[in-house]
Amino acid sequence: MSSVDIQATKTHAEGLFRRKRLFAFGVPAVILAYFTYIFFAFDLPSLLQRANMENARTLTSDIWSHKVHVTRDNRNGEISYAVEGERKGAYPVGARPDWVSGTDVITVDLGADTIVRFLPDNRTEVDIAGFGLIAAQAEGRKVSTNLPADLPDWINASDRRVAITTPEGRITLTGSKTEVFNYFAGWELFWFTLDSPYHGVGFSQVLFGDQIDPDRGNISGAMSDFWNNKMWRHKDVAWAIGETILMAFLGTMGAAMIALPLAFMAAKRFTPIVLLRAATRRLFDFVRGVDALIWTVVLARAFGPGPLTGALAILITDTGTFGKTFSEALENVEDKQIEGVTSTGAKPLQRYRFGVIPQVVPVLLAQVLYFLESNTRSATIIGAITGGGIGLMLTQAIQTQKDWEEVAYYIILIIVMVMLMDWLSGWLRGKLIGNKDG
Amino acid sequence: MTTPVASDAGRPVFLCGETMTATNTGRALNVGDIRESYLAQVGRRRLYSGLALLIFVVLMVSGFNVADERNAGGFWEGLHQIGDYPSEVLAEAWEKRADLPSLIAKFFPALVETINIAAMSTIIGAVAGLILSLLGTRGLAKWPLLIPLFRRFSDILRAIPEIVIALVLIFVLGGGPVPAMIAIALHTAGALAKMFSEVAENADLKPVEGLASTGATWTQRMLLGVLPQVAPNYVSYTLLRFEINIRASAILGFVGAGGLGYELRNAMAWGPGRFDEAAAIFVLLFGTIVFFDQASSRYRNRLTEGQAQ
Repeated sequence: MSSVDIQATKTHAEGLFRRKRLFAFGVPAVILAYFTYIFFAFDLPSLLQRANMENARTLTSDIWSHKVHVTRDNRNGEISYAVEGERKGAYPVGARPDWVSGTDVITVDLGADTIVRFLPDNRTEVDIAGFGLIAAQAEGRKVSTNLPADLPDWINASDRRVAITTPEGRITLTGSKTEVFNYFAGWELFWFTLDSPYHGVGFSQVLFGDQIDPDRGNISGAMSDFWNNKMWRHKDVAWAIGETILMAFLGTMGAAMIALPLAFMAAKRFTPIVLLRAATRRLFDFVRGVDALIWTVVLARAFGPGPLTGALAILITDTGTFGKTFSEALENVEDKQIEGVTSTGAKPLQRYRFGVIPQVVPVLLAQVLYFLESNTRSATIIGAITGGGIGLMLTQAIQTQKDWEEVAYYIILIIVMVMLMDWLSGWLRGKLIGNKDG
Repeated sequence: MTTPVASDAGRPVFLCGETMTATNTGRALNVGDIRESYLAQVGRRRLYSGLALLIFVVLMVSGFNVADERNAGGFWEGLHQIGDYPSEVLAEAWEKRADLPSLIAKFFPALVETINIAAMSTIIGAVAGLILSLLGTRGLAKWPLLIPLFRRFSDILRAIPEIVIALVLIFVLGGGPVPAMIAIALHTAGALAKMFSEVAENADLKPVEGLASTGATWTQRMLLGVLPQVAPNYVSYTLLRFEINIRASAILGFVGAGGLGYELRNAMAWGPGRFDEAAAIFVLLFGTIVFFDQASSRYRNRLTEGQAQ
């Protein structure tokens, strides 16, 4: 090898190294620059100020706990007890939680020596261990208390409203009403609401014990009360999940059925006419490009909110995607099998049936089943926009900003639903086209 | 002679060959048996396929009826109205076509935000997915005992629809791009972790062993031994995810997470009179999706072709 050659190789190698070095430092530098830009474009410095930590705290505590409201209406002196302060969670007339006692003076024991007493004439006493007795008098629209001017940060007082937050519960006093919130762990009334005779009855007692409700058998009565639970709405939730799966199923399968014949029109091998092929392909590109979001918006105008609109939005978008992948699969079909079938004297339709379809079916089925799972997730999102299914229930529960335990319930159900569909589509794939990866 | 016929029962061509050989050897009784068992198999097969088809049709029809019933507007009443909204929008946009360029310029920042959300969540999700996939792949994992844990974790990440996390985060962090970014990034991490680990399972372990013999740490083994092998596939999957994430970020905007979707919802809420704005947003969204689809599919083709050589 002459020295000239070595020199040339060396410069070449050095050039390669330079390029490599430039690449190795350039790419991270570009990404870093982009991160810096995003840092300011997304206004991250002020994010912490905007973030509502109070909301975060409510969220995390509400997810796993519930509160029972004890409310005195200061205009008529009536006291009501309700889970989450909702009418559907109210205690029946004459019943009250066992941590409330007394007749003239109602004593609410929040635990840990924190006691609230509802006295006659709209007076209230709050006895907090280690702090002392707070006495309050509500008159008209004002509240007067014996609180000193210098208050700890868990008491917030003005002459209109006094709010006391203790680890055991919250007390809010205004002129019109006095409220005590007592917190408990768990999802209350998940099985039965308070008006059901089965509330507070053990599981085995419902199954094997004496008849509780004289009009109904235990099991059927319990099932019906659970199913019609007004607080957790199990019936509506089940329907909503059914709607979401229905949207995914109808959309995916409908799209596959429409896309298959169109894919033949878009494949070079089966459609010699260039114009028809190009037109079909542009149609696929168009319906894919007009995103599911826009289809949902447009279709919701025509069909109104509901599962059908969501199913059609999925159907139209996926027709484009399926059409594209199906036609690619059809392009890659082996000629030999078609020739073999032709040699037996098969007509064109039989050639497709026995020469083409067996080759493409595994690819198509795998694609369709994969989309069935992914569309269950899309259907949740589309449902939130078009108003159907579990997506709608979730958005509604989040927007009311109080039923976080319901939000947590829906989220768990959604995750379980998607994972079940994932498993189902994998199982079906294994059954129908043989399992590759066990 | 009977076994091949049984296993190839679905293919008529084979049967002819088999029956002929059977006849030639003169075992006439067997031919009848074979034919009978073949026909019985075909019959059973047809019955099963027919039943499956029947179940499918029943599911489709009853599903359609249920969906139609629970929808606010019926399918057949709505069918002829499909064109109404687009034609109204188009008519108004055409009337005010002179404003369209300025409207597109007006909504361009929102588009940039939507793309930024998608890009950031793809980058973060890809990095997290990469780590999750390496930790959850047999043969590569740093802690082999924890493989199921990382796999289930990415399964759960994948199963959560973006909207769930986005809505909860909007409640805590307020509206804007960050909740959407986190939500999409989490889902992307789960989705990519699965695809990445499928690729990583097929990676050649020799370079990894070689590096291990020089005393390389786990990170070095992964960076220098595994990543160069799987990089083309990983980049290809990441680009595909980016396309998906652009759509997702537009949709999340619609529920309050900023970007183009948010502007679209506002324009829609205004109704007639602001249809030109809706049209401008449609145009932007359509153009962006088509552009990134084409660009990324071209680049992905180059990546996979380069690998085949």
